[in-house]
Amino acid sequence: MSTATSSETKDLSPVSTESLAALLVTRERPPRPSALSTSLTFGWRAILKIKHVPEQLFDVTAFPIMNLLMFTYLFGGALAGSPSDYIQFVLPGILVMSVVMITMYTGVSVNIDIEKGVFDRIRSLPIWRPSAMVGYLLGDALRYTIASVVMLSVGLLLGYRPDGGFVGVVAGIALLLLFSFAFSWIWTMFGLMLRTEKSVMSVSMMVIFPLTFLSNVFVDPRTMPGWLQAFVNNSPITHLASAVRGLMAGGWPGVEIAWTLGWAGLFLLVFGPVTMRLYNRK
Amino acid sequence: MSTHTSGLAIETAGLVKTFGETRAVDGVDLAVPAGTVYGVLGPNGAGKTTTVKMLATLLRPDDGQARVFGHDVVREADEVRGRVSLTGQYASVDEDLTGTENLVLLGRLLGHGKAAARERGEQLLAAFGLTDAAAKQVKHYSGGMRRRIDIAASILNTPDLLFLDEPTTGLDPRSRNQVWDIVRAVVAQGTTVLLTTQYLDEADQLASRIAVIDQGRVIAEGTKGELKASVGAGSVHLRLRDAEERPEAERVLRNLLVAEVQPEADPVALTARLGAAASDTAADQAAKALGELARAGITVDSFSLGQPSLDEVFLALTGHDTGQRTDGDSGTDTKDEVAA
Repeated sequence: MSTATSSETKDLSPVSTESLAALLVTRERPPRPSALSTSLTFGWRAILKIKHVPEQLFDVTAFPIMNLLMFTYLFGGALAGSPSDYIQFVLPGILVMSVVMITMYTGVSVNIDIEKGVFDRIRSLPIWRPSAMVGYLLGDALRYTIASVVMLSVGLLLGYRPDGGFVGVVAGIALLLLFSFAFSWIWTMFGLMLRTEKSVMSVSMMVIFPLTFLSNVFVDPRTMPGWLQAFVNNSPITHLASAVRGLMAGGWPGVEIAWTLGWAGLFLLVFGPVTMRLYNRK
Repeated sequence: MSTHTSGLAIETAGLVKTFGETRAVDGVDLAVPAGTVYGVLGPNGAGKTTTVKMLATLLRPDDGQARVFGHDVVREADEVRGRVSLTGQYASVDEDLTGTENLVLLGRLLGHGKAAARERGEQLLAAFGLTDAAAKQVKHYSGGMRRRIDIAASILNTPDLLFLDEPTTGLDPRSRNQVWDIVRAVVAQGTTVLLTTQYLDEADQLASRIAVIDQGRVIAEGTKGELKASVGAGSVHLRLRDAEERPEAERVLRNLLVAEVQPEADPVALTARLGAAASDTAADQAAKALGELARAGITVDSFSLGQPSLDEVFLALTGHDTGQRTDGDSGTDTKDEVAA
């Protein structure tokens, strides 16, 4: 929870130059921390920020629930005869869509840090360079987990019954988190590349809406025109949604999992280095 | 890797940074001796911050060379980062976190264990008089507190070189004095400080050498004494009772003062620009001048003593002013008695 607001200027305790001098005498430096340690420390920072600004969890709780309710009841009757039948098909898809959508806030966080000046302090530290970026993504992984748990709980209440049981569901979420981690490097790139928070947001929207909607999340692509099928069938979101759907239904969709991991690797290999290049050149 | 033998904390040669058409830094040469406060003085947009950012490895120079303790800021950036710390409006702590959390976070990133990071953080907060605010989010801090936590964050590990980019801009006089005390304490422990400022008196208070930067170039460099000598320690403005006595007054002043004496448009007024080379202070020189004029039987109607302001420094060095209003605390200028 955030602490009480008060900004008193009037009587600030004096600076004790003696104790300051005593502190400065030590010129010893601890050994350089490992890449893992600094990444986890940045992850801890993201968690502290959630603690101080809990409102930021709105997008991983209310937004996914809204999506789930809206699409289940809006399309359910028309597409599958009833919402309770439709939810068996659509829940893994909406889970994928919602989590992939909220990954875009990573870019906004990066951009805010640049604007507030936190970034330059971080960049002047002698640490493994990507750890700040990895830290954002670790903190975000927690947010995605919260979103997934919230959606599954609501889904179970609405009648979703995954045949894959606990193991299938956990496997599905794990694959989704892995993909989101790799995919988020697009947003760190935009966060570094674009000037303002607003432009990061609007560019992200332009990417994320077509990418998530033009997939097999809501309907079977066979009903789509041929040119659209070509796009949808090869979209990483389609592969991911199929893989998660399969895992949660108790299957082992090996091909779809392989495609998903392939895409994840590609995103990481392309946008990871671009991000780090921008980070170093900023 | 080069060994460092020169005794210089910073050495730059022909440093250049361009942003589009603007040459923000246009061939800066600096030599900053280790263990001192070095002042970089200049108006907004002179290239001070860009220079600091290049030296702190945050920006890549487009041309030229910069070494920090003998390490190249581009090729050995990591070595440099291990020895320097940076405080500026752009290198800030996280406003959403509390004072303690910020220091623990940075302590951990610098390799301290959890307990050690917390201990060092708490000691620093206590030394900076921030213990009461330790559990508050930094966004609720006042300007003076904010500057303190920023500096505290920069000395979690005692740096060999500390960049302070305009550390007192926007602070009230008391907070500013406290920042000055901190700077003195830091340099007394052997840390080199590169201080950028828009205020001549700040550079005068803290720095042993000063570089004056304008439009991306160093236009003057030297010890405080040398710089003042090149600008003048100030000026004495006189109005005489009788215009006929002015040539005699000019002669007296020229003989007495190491000064450049100029008659003004007003037939009874004249200005003597004091040189700082003389061992006396400007006030002593002025007192002597008055005494000497009285002995020569010249009646002085009014008299004023002006300190050089940053504007005057710039005017003297560049022939143009800083293009901004100079704050009252950057030198008192009281020559308004002189008629045009």
